[in-house]
This record gives sequence, C-alpha cells and structure tokens, in this order.
Amino acid sequence: MSQPATHHNKAAAAFLKNGQRAQWHDETLWFVRAKRDKAAHQIPEWEALRNLGSQIKEHTLSNLDEYLLQFEANAKKNGIKVHWANNAAEHNQIVYEILLHHNAVNVVKSKSMLTEECGLNHYLAERKISVVDTDLGEYIVQLRNEPPSHIVLPAIHLKKEDVSNTFHKHLHTEKNNQDPVYLTRAARQVLRKKFITADAAITGVNFAVAETGGIVVCTNEGNADLGVHANKVHIACMGFEKIIPRAQDLSVFLRLLARSATGQPITTYSSHFHRPKAGQEMHIVLVNNGRTEQLGREAFRNSLKCIRCAACFNTCPVYRRSGGHSYHNSVAGPIGSILAPNLDMRKNADLPFASTLCGSCTNVCPVKINIHEQLWSWRQVLMAEGYGGSAKKASMKLMTGVLSKPAVYRLSTGMARFFMRYLPFLVNNRLNPWYKQRDMPSAPKESFKDWYKKNRNHE
Amino acid sequence: MSNSRENILAAINANKPAPVELPEIPLFERRGNLVNVFIGALEFIGATSVKVTSLSEVDEYLESLQQAGTRLVNTTAELNSYNINAYKKANASELEALDTAFIKGQVGVAENGAIWVSESDMVNRLFPFICRKLVLVINAKDIVYNMHEAYRRIQVDEDGYGTFIAGPSKTADIEQSLVVGAHGPLELKVFIVS
Repeated sequence: MSQPATHHNKAAAAFLKNGQRAQWHDETLWFVRAKRDKAAHQIPEWEALRNLGSQIKEHTLSNLDEYLLQFEANAKKNGIKVHWANNAAEHNQIVYEILLHHNAVNVVKSKSMLTEECGLNHYLAERKISVVDTDLGEYIVQLRNEPPSHIVLPAIHLKKEDVSNTFHKHLHTEKNNQDPVYLTRAARQVLRKKFITADAAITGVNFAVAETGGIVVCTNEGNADLGVHANKVHIACMGFEKIIPRAQDLSVFLRLLARSATGQPITTYSSHFHRPKAGQEMHIVLVNNGRTEQLGREAFRNSLKCIRCAACFNTCPVYRRSGGHSYHNSVAGPIGSILAPNLDMRKNADLPFASTLCGSCTNVCPVKINIHEQLWSWRQVLMAEGYGGSAKKASMKLMTGVLSKPAVYRLSTGMARFFMRYLPFLVNNRLNPWYKQRDMPSAPKESFKDWYKKNRNHE
Repeated sequence: MSNSRENILAAINANKPAPVELPEIPLFERRGNLVNVFIGALEFIGATSVKVTSLSEVDEYLESLQQAGTRLVNTTAELNSYNINAYKKANASELEALDTAFIKGQVGVAENGAIWVSESDMVNRLFPFICRKLVLVINAKDIVYNMHEAYRRIQVDEDGYGTFIAGPSKTADIEQSLVVGAHGPLELKVFIVS
C-alpha cells in the first residue's frame, strides 16, 4: 500500500486558485454534457438502449470466465497471440518482451487508459524504449510530462496558449500562434513521421467480441489505425471487462458510446481488428490488476460495466470544479472514484468523498452503473476499514450521538441557532472548510418544532 | 504469464455473480427517406455527399482529379482506372504522398453517417487513413437506418479488418475547438449511387 497522494480537497483548492480558468473548465465540460443530452434526446429508444447495455454487461460479468475462454480460443484461431497478466507489472513485462523480441525501440500508442493504469510508458522509458502517445490530447500532455486529466479529453485542463507554448518549445511552432488548426497541423506533421518510422504500435481496446475473437477500437483522429497499419507489430492492451458476447452487441454500445462521450452520433472510426495483416503480428494482453477482486465485491462489481465514455465526468459538479488531476488516479471523476479504492484503499480513500452524491453521474451513465450509490457505499467501507481520517471519524461519532438522542438534538439545534444569529464568526471562519465559497442563510428565531407547537391549533 | 491465466480464471469463477440473462436486441426500425437522413448525418459529421444515378458520374470526377495531377488510388473495380497493383503492397512511407483514395462502402448507416468498409474493399489497410482525401462510393440500396440493421448486414470477421468510417478524421483536443483533419483524411466525399 502506498502513502496517500495529495488529498483531493487540497488539489481542488489549488485548481480553484485560478478562478477564471476554473470557470472555463466548468463551463466547457458542461457544454459537452449539454451536447450529450441533445444527442441522447434524438434517440427515442435511448432508455431502452441504456437498459440493453446494462443487461449485456451484467450478463457478461456473470459468465466472464467462459467468455474470456471463448474469446481466447477464437482470437487464436484468427492468428492473434493472447497473453494473460494478473497485475500491472506482468502486463508491462509482457509488452516489453514482445517489443524486445522485435528489437522495437520506437513505439506509437493510441489512447489506452489501461496502459496509464499500469504505468507502461514510464516502465518502457526506463528500458530505453520510447513511446509516443499519438492521440493529440495525450501527445500534448505527454510533451508537458503530465498525466491526462480526462479519459476522453486528455488535455481539457489546458488552454490554447498552453498548447501553443508547449508546441513552440518542443515542435518549434511559431511563438504565440494559438490557432487550433495551425497547432493541430503541426502535430499531424510530426506524428505522421512517428507513425511511419515506428517499430511497433500499441492500442487500447474498446470492445473485445467473444464469438468472433476480435477487438474494436474507436477513435476520431484515426491514430490507432494509422499506427497499427503502418507497423509490423500490434499490441492491444485491455482490462478483461472489455469483453462482450456477440458482434451484434456492438450495435448497442456504438450507439451509446460517442453520444454519451461527446454528443457525436458515432466516433469517426470504429475499427474491427480480427486478424493481423499479411506479415504482421498481433498480440492481445488481457489484464486483471484487481478486477477479479472488484468482481467479488457485490456492492462495487457493477463498476466493471463501464465503457469509459466519461459522461459522468462531464456532468459532475465536483469534477468540473476540481479538474482531473485532483483525483490522482488514471481514471478520474465519479467512475474513477469508485474504481480507485479497489486498487489502493489508503491512497484513494479521499476519492469517494469527492462528491456531493447528487446522482447526476448515475443518471447519465449509458450502462446504468449506480455510481453515486457506490460512492456512498465506499464511504462506509473506508470508514469501517479506518481510512476515513480521525477528524471525520470524530465528527461522525459526535453526529451519531446527537442524532440518536432527541433531547441532545433539541439542545444542540437551539445552540446552533443562537450562534448563527449572534456569533456567526464562530462557525463561519477559516477553520471550517464548509465555508469556503459558501455562506449560510441567517438562522430563524425559533425552530420548526417550537413554531409547530404554537401554531398547530390555529388552522 | 503461465499461472496468471489459471489464477485469473479461477478468481473470476469464484467471484462472479449469479447468472443474468443475455437480452435479445430489437431492430428499433424507423421509416422515412433513408438517403435524406443519411445525407443529413454526413453533413453533421463534416463529410460532403453527392447523389448520382450512375457510376459514370463518379468516373468523371475521378478523371478530373487525375487530369489535375492528383496522386490517387482506386480500389473499386467497377470504376475506371482501377489501379491497385501499383500500391497494393506499398508501405506507409511509400503511401505518405497519396492524395486521394476511392473505395467502395458496403453498408451506410442513415442515423450516424457511418459507412462499413472491409479489408477486401480497401485492399491495403492504410489507404483510407493515409490519404488526404477519401472518396467512398455506396449504393443507395445499401443504406440502413441504424447500427442494429448494419450489424445484421455485415460479417465483422469476414475479413481480417473492417471499419465504420464516419466523416473525415477530426479532433477537438485543443480547447474543444473542432479541427477537421487530425491524423487521417482532411476530407471525406461520399457518392450515393441510386
């Protein structure tokens, strides 16, 4: 178990210091959420699709071992080499050995949150293998030596002036030229060379189809396809929960995925890889890394239904106002907050508390994961396991005492009204984090209970 | 890793929930003028489309590009200047200068503008991605309403590779500004042959 990272509260406070930028972040993601709504409302059977997506995933989880075996057998028939990794270290080692076997030193990689989860880039860099992230957003954050702050929009925490400065420094683009078209074309030129001169390509996996033994990768930029087709080795890395039973199940998920993610009707490319091209080698690495444990947690196993659309990020009032880096986990936002404690309870104990439990995440989830309920359930688990922190524990204990004794409750609410009316600074001060960016309403003279006693006969 | 496979499968078997049924997927059929819906979707995703009544109109366009000195590949035998042999086995660096690729689409999806292109139609997997301009040719009768119908029409593993292409490559990774032309084609033109 590792030490706690910077607490979400503290990281969020730092994010909010630049008020203008924080507001931009909030509004931009809300705009993406609005686009999602518009796209979803155009589909009369949207709710039916969400139910189908959820049921297909639940069915798959209940037969997961059988589907993985079916997938493995069919993939092998297709000429694909299948590997199994129980944890991040094994995953990294498998990928490294494949690359080593091919003397590959330059690798192009399309978006894969799993390789972020496993720390693959760093691991390979230590072994003198250079990995270039080819998704534009990921390329930007890689040049800046930062992790992605969002699983679909990796550079959403940056403004175009940041990108302009980064590209000027690394790609020698014109200083202060902030035109997104100019900057995108500059990256296109550089990355085209990388695609062509690389030795191997790594991709993530959106869906793996058990009945046909192939994988589907979705991108808008075409970077996964260009990387794979230009190279002799393709390594696809996936958490094993990406498996689905049938090819026709894709029709449900592809209608849900991009609409939920960005409001597009579908991503530009939904590519189905079933056999390597002539002269090419294709590998698939099936990764566990704690997923079997999550499968065994009844209250949390539904999190494995996730298709990584990030709709829950875009709608979350806390994510929008704290930024992805505050979550110190490869997957941020509400879904990351229910996945991360499974990976490391101590390090990620703060994340299930980084939520208002408003439930918006659950409402937009295309596969109907009960995210806000799981956030609440993780809080119970973390407190019981002793990861809640002493202050939270003490205040919870106090609350339990007060709320379970009516006489004490009456006395304490009377005192609270008194302090809030006459000595508000005793509660509204810097020591009480609740008052950061908030104010309390003025307290009434009497409690509802007192008012009711006086008025109940005056109908 | 040798033991990992067995360890993972055993852990899944021990931890998986009680059986849940696999649902049937309805077609969610919809009536209407599919070609018009398709054209609207193509416009929304940044592609241009042309309705033609015969392939000779596509031929004319292809010839006009050739006369203008465009470096193009045509993988559609029904069109003139079928010229895959020069490029069939070409690698990425040899194809980098390719301007335009003409490829036949198998199925078009009215609802989202996606077109299924299979490896045997594209000949070289690189063609639809490495060219600057992609031209897809599709029969109006091969347009279906949604993805459920599309997956009933195609066989995903018929070839080693196939893809739904919906518009030119694009990105909005810089401040959410949409830029058409990321790593793949800067332009997609669709001929709908009725």
